[in-house]
Amino acid sequence: MPTLELSNPAALPADWRDFLALTKPRVMSLVVFSGLCGLLVAPVQLPLVLGFTAILCVALGAGACGALNQWYEVEVDAKMRRTAKRPLPAGRMDPQSALHFGVGLAFFSVLLMGLATNWFAALLLAASILFYVLIYTVWLKPRTAQNIVIGGAAGAFPPLIGWVAATGHVGPLPLLLFAIIFLWTPPHFWALSLFVRSDYAAAGIPMLPVIAGVESTRRQIFLYSLPMALAAVAPWPLGLAGTVYGISAAVLSAVFVVLAMRVLANRATEPAGMDAEKHLFAYSVFYLFALFAVLVADRWLA
Amino acid sequence: MKLEEEIVRRQRERARVTALLLGAFVILLFFITIAKTGINW
Repeated sequence: MPTLELSNPAALPADWRDFLALTKPRVMSLVVFSGLCGLLVAPVQLPLVLGFTAILCVALGAGACGALNQWYEVEVDAKMRRTAKRPLPAGRMDPQSALHFGVGLAFFSVLLMGLATNWFAALLLAASILFYVLIYTVWLKPRTAQNIVIGGAAGAFPPLIGWVAATGHVGPLPLLLFAIIFLWTPPHFWALSLFVRSDYAAAGIPMLPVIAGVESTRRQIFLYSLPMALAAVAPWPLGLAGTVYGISAAVLSAVFVVLAMRVLANRATEPAGMDAEKHLFAYSVFYLFALFAVLVADRWLA
Repeated sequence: MKLEEEIVRRQRERARVTALLLGAFVILLFFITIAKTGINW
């Protein structure tokens, strides 16, 4: 066979690293962390191996979502600079392999969750995967500027799943954790979509900055940061978390709101002048990690 | 590198990774069974 055929990488079996890339490992880290926190703040402590398996299943479920999302959005990803080098748009993997990998991973994660912990946690995991793939990726994302608002629910499931894996039932604290991530998602993604707006416009994805404009998006970011801050502090006055968490959540959320105000005050329309948006985006990732870490510390130190 | 050599290299790598993952899964299943049955060591 001639070496010339190497110019068509899809003719080769995909490299295992490309399967790993399909699971979006960086996104997975926040999902795993929030799921782990849900598990650790639960009043029931699972045996170590079952806790590990529950988090592994959350990670595999998130990986399945990433793979199925990339399989469905291959044409859109090819049009965006940020995503054009992913295995499917770059032609390093055939779509059928990605689909099989994603569906297989989804079934495996749900089955293992049910066998290792309980079937309510498995049901929630299955619901979160279906919500992300069918409701967010297929239905909302290409159709409405509110895609992130409703689709954010998919990313809010992990702490709830972690808690239910440990206890077998839902309580007020995991529902609040769900609400925090649900309300955090729009300002987090809109801050990003402001400075990669041209990418989304080129791909025809109706993100809020593309549809409603930069100013309206900045207003929405600020407006969403207020109920998010309230939800973040709420476990303290409700008696679900201690003073360490309450004060930390108040300080972390105040910084978030201040950064959102800086975004609101920014008048730049080009990515080069969007330092405020870039700072808010970077801080939003730190914020969620810190908030959940403090919650676990507060619960374990009490 | 010739196409055939690259195909074989990738297949070997994938087989190795799959074997490792399956081995890890068997060990995990063993410990899950121990934990679920409540056997104390």
